[in-house]
Amino acid sequence: MSRRALRKLVNALALGLSGLATAVGLFFLGAILWTLLRSGLAGMSLQLFTAMTPPPGSAGGLLNAIYGSVVMTVIGILIGGPIGVLAGTYLAEYGRNARISGVIRFVNDVLLSAPSIIVGLFVYELLVVRMGHFSAIAGAVALAIIAIPVTVRTTEDMLNLVPQGMKDASTAMGAYHWRTITSVIYPAARSGIVTGLLLAVARISGETAPLLFTALNNQFWSSNLAAPIANLPVVIFQFALSPYPNWQQLAWSGALIITMSILVLSIAARFVVSSLGPGGRS
Amino acid sequence: MSSVAAIEPAQASGQRLRERAFRTATFAAALLVLALLGGVALSLLLGAWPALAHFKLDFLTREIWNPVTDKFGALAPIYGTVVTSFLALLLAIPVSFGIAIFLTELAPVWLKRPVGVAIELLAAVPSIIYGIWGLFVLAPILQRHVQPWLIDWLGPLPLIGRLFQGPPYGIGVLTASFVLAIMVIPFISAVMRDVFETVPDVLKESAYGLGATTWEVIWQVVVPYARTGIIGGVMLGLGRALGETMAVTFVIGNAHRIGSSLLAPGTTISASIANEFAEAVGDLYTSALVALGALLFLITFAVIAAARLMLMRLDRRALSSV
Repeated sequence: MSRRALRKLVNALALGLSGLATAVGLFFLGAILWTLLRSGLAGMSLQLFTAMTPPPGSAGGLLNAIYGSVVMTVIGILIGGPIGVLAGTYLAEYGRNARISGVIRFVNDVLLSAPSIIVGLFVYELLVVRMGHFSAIAGAVALAIIAIPVTVRTTEDMLNLVPQGMKDASTAMGAYHWRTITSVIYPAARSGIVTGLLLAVARISGETAPLLFTALNNQFWSSNLAAPIANLPVVIFQFALSPYPNWQQLAWSGALIITMSILVLSIAARFVVSSLGPGGRS
Repeated sequence: MSSVAAIEPAQASGQRLRERAFRTATFAAALLVLALLGGVALSLLLGAWPALAHFKLDFLTREIWNPVTDKFGALAPIYGTVVTSFLALLLAIPVSFGIAIFLTELAPVWLKRPVGVAIELLAAVPSIIYGIWGLFVLAPILQRHVQPWLIDWLGPLPLIGRLFQGPPYGIGVLTASFVLAIMVIPFISAVMRDVFETVPDVLKESAYGLGATTWEVIWQVVVPYARTGIIGGVMLGLGRALGETMAVTFVIGNAHRIGSSLLAPGTTISASIANEFAEAVGDLYTSALVALGALLFLITFAVIAAARLMLMRLDRRALSSV
């Protein structure tokens, strides 16, 4: 074989393999979604959203788990969101060139990829040990801690995209920096910040590991924030590993609910960015 | 006459006060990020102290894990964590590399975005979903079709044969590695794609001008240029794999032992914590699990920090997907 033919062969082979690799990646996404749909839809019914988690062998739903997940996610983002936005504001505006900002950016990036189970242990030591029992609020705090780095990162990136000219114009009118930030920069970067918050919600609503020993679980309806609370991820974990068919079916339905919510949120986040002015990531 | 001096002194001082309050609030929030990391490190160390003081270095070197007699050694979880992460990377790196090449060099423009988004969605799927899928779909397939084949063909071989012996359980170290690989592929390929896109077109075009094939351009121009970023992306994936909890907990079998076979059940640091922590009775048991967590924190911190340092030179915005 001539050297030229060999080079062309190697080229075709390598490019073929890279196409194959992409197909493999897409195949697994498809396989997971297909399994979820097939196994999850089988258990879809109105009861799923109106009844509590049942004992083994009897009919029931996931109402308390869905409620607990929503409550903790909402509280988590209510705590973590503002902190993340403020910290991101410091990094992009007041402390843009401060030496400490470099350190904070680095630490934030590390937290962004840190294992979530570590956060669970931290909150356990911080709150659960002190309160003496597992609680919904501990779970929410754990989720908030996971939401913070995501929000910090996106907020800073989005604020940096606001044109310097707009900021200068506001300053030239005599506005203080806080006024410029709240009246000019935040509105200009709104869609970007919203995207960051949506992504943070998507991230925390599927987290299981940090809830295992903070919120724990609760077989019954509970709206007491100081008590353990049921939540979808931990219920899925427990029910899927149980030997009871009705529990396993509920686990699949819960998995479908969670995944669909997260995929919708993730896609919505991208849509917000591309449809609403600045802050768009290509 | 002078409308310039319209701002009353009182109003100006109110503005200054608000300015200071807002500035302080943002700074406090930023410091909280630092405090979080410090708080995590401190609380883990404090929580781990009883076990570390009791077992000293034995904690790291012993395999025994017996809650009944209060004897704990972390060797089996450490071993499981390292082996599953290593195997996962072994499987994930080539695939991620291929995906990144496809997305940057091969895919037509109309295909780039949908495929890129689909791969990113794979990263958004929560880990518990990978776990339940791995347990109910992947493990039976591996048990019925893949593992018997491995045992028959690779088991009798010298040296590596030991890795593929024993009954096909379905769940075990190999299955966990496989699920981990699928999980880290989107992360590694997203970073690689972003890194590849930083290679200046001029470099690639000059190589094409010399008659290089697409593959030669990738291998001899793009890869050397992007080397640091590629390693950074792989390290980021490694950090992810080391700390991944739920997906592994479902499929690894949770056995505190070091088996020579990859088909045997094992455990990892995070899986041990997830499985046992809520039910751990006794201070020493709890502390031993927190010590495992502290160990995981140290390892992942080092890996992630190294990765972030390598990726620092890149445009931060290019990496916002991870």
